Amino acid sequence: MIKVEFLGPIGKAPLEMEAATLADVSAKLKEDSTLSEWLDRCAVALNDTMVNDLSTALQDGDRVSILPPVCGG
Amino acid sequence: MELYNGPLDTKEIFCRWLDDQAESNYGAYIPFVGTIRAEDDIEALSFDIYEPVLQKWFDDWQEKAKALGAVVKMAHSIGDVPVHTSSYISAVFSPRRRVALELIDEFVEDFKANAPIWKYDVKNGERIYAADRSTPMSGSGLLA
Repeated sequence: MIKVEFLGPIGKAPLEMEAATLADVSAKLKEDSTLSEWLDRCAVALNDTMVNDLSTALQDGDRVSILPPVCGG
Repeated sequence: MELYNGPLDTKEIFCRWLDDQAESNYGAYIPFVGTIRAEDDIEALSFDIYEPVLQKWFDDWQEKAKALGAVVKMAHSIGDVPVHTSSYISAVFSPRRRVALELIDEFVEDFKANAPIWKYDVKNGERIYAADRSTPMSGSGLLA
């Protein structure tokens, strides 16, 4: 199982799921209509490191964070 | 990197950073302060921060600055920050002014684009995500 958490304004409770790669996470999140307005504008971190590759392999206990558009300052 | 609940005590932070580097032989100290403007009937801005990724972002910048013989500093608020108070301070110390002037520009612009901080307008006590002023981070859309 891996955990997916939604940061900042997304306002969605964390999800747990079976996923071997980030592509699996993508497929599952795309089924959720509450995320359709977010996914194309969100970046992704795996265990707090930013990632850019859908083929990234996941291990049991990994934590995937979904980061919406930012505006610090 | 320093994070505080509520507005920053800008003078304390500035003076402390200056004192900390008093003997470091830096020729330039360039601070940047972000102050909340009164506009669109807001009472305050409010901020969420994801600290683990922010810390890594900042550590990368610290390494980049070090390679130029410089130091970057940053303080930011969490939660509500009323108008006319400050939510963000950054600064660069460097041996010479040119490095500091260029680095503060790059550092603040990259901060705006890639620091994991979310901004909300506070109106009538309600937090409203500043979606139209926010920027997708590098690599956004991976899961879409």
